[in-house]
Amino acid sequence: MKVTILQFPGTNCEYDTQHAFEKLGATTEIVWHKAESLPEDTNLLVVAGGFSYGDYLRSGAIAKFSPVMKAVTEYANNGGKVLGICNGFQVLTEAGLLPGALKRNDGLHFISKHHTLKVENNDNIFLEKLNKGDIINIPIAHHDGNYFIDQEGLKELYANNQVLLTYSDESGDVKNPNGSVDSIAGVCNKNKNVFGLMPHPERAMESILGSDDGVKMLEGFLAS
Amino acid sequence: MTTAIINVSLKAGVLDSQGKAVHHALDSLHFEGVEDVRVGKQIVIKLDTDDKTAAMNEVEKMCEEILANTVIEDYKIELI
Repeated sequence: MKVTILQFPGTNCEYDTQHAFEKLGATTEIVWHKAESLPEDTNLLVVAGGFSYGDYLRSGAIAKFSPVMKAVTEYANNGGKVLGICNGFQVLTEAGLLPGALKRNDGLHFISKHHTLKVENNDNIFLEKLNKGDIINIPIAHHDGNYFIDQEGLKELYANNQVLLTYSDESGDVKNPNGSVDSIAGVCNKNKNVFGLMPHPERAMESILGSDDGVKMLEGFLAS
Repeated sequence: MTTAIINVSLKAGVLDSQGKAVHHALDSLHFEGVEDVRVGKQIVIKLDTDDKTAAMNEVEKMCEEILANTVIEDYKIELI
């Protein structure tokens, strides 16, 4: 299993992501955004979190024009598995590989804390190790995590089971930290090969550090 | 030379949290009669052409491709 991790100027979660996947037994390679192709043996491409291009203009807006993004789009369109975490999610929505957009948090504050999430759909490789309705504890750390999609797009997400995770309290009731439409924390594309979420599963790999619920999420990719 | 002034703001119907916060602040300062506040950003671009039609076409393309995210934002272009 080979995990390729993208690095833009301003990315800061690439080494956490590398550590997380290596802990699970994968081999990893960090690829600089100037690359024009991806390693041929890539089984999963991760767009890691951070602040690509300092979030200038909009989060992810400039990264989508990096040379490597052409190869990413081609890889995704050919069915390759892509995971965008936090800023990676923003980049994937800006690039049009995932529906919707991420706005400034409703409270206007940067939020950095552990948050419980509810698994909404698990009929996909990412969450297949979890059960629908499971509550997991994963850190969030974002300023622009307020997921927006219009009503028509939202209907389509529900019709195709594309809503992956929602923010909730510990008993599974809605608890919305940032104003996201329907408290959505993560979505996938229609073909279920491109995934994006604001929370950081790669930061929830050790119970001694607060949670190891990220293990079950990332393991889904290794099993497939 | 043509200067393009582009105003990008959240679409009507998309909650503008910053606008809401500013509105709240204006209320606290007792400015009366404020009905709505929207916060956007302004981008000023200088182009080496006097052809306004060509400039408009070019700037529209810029807006669609990068300057605005049309999922959530509208843009207005003024050429001078």
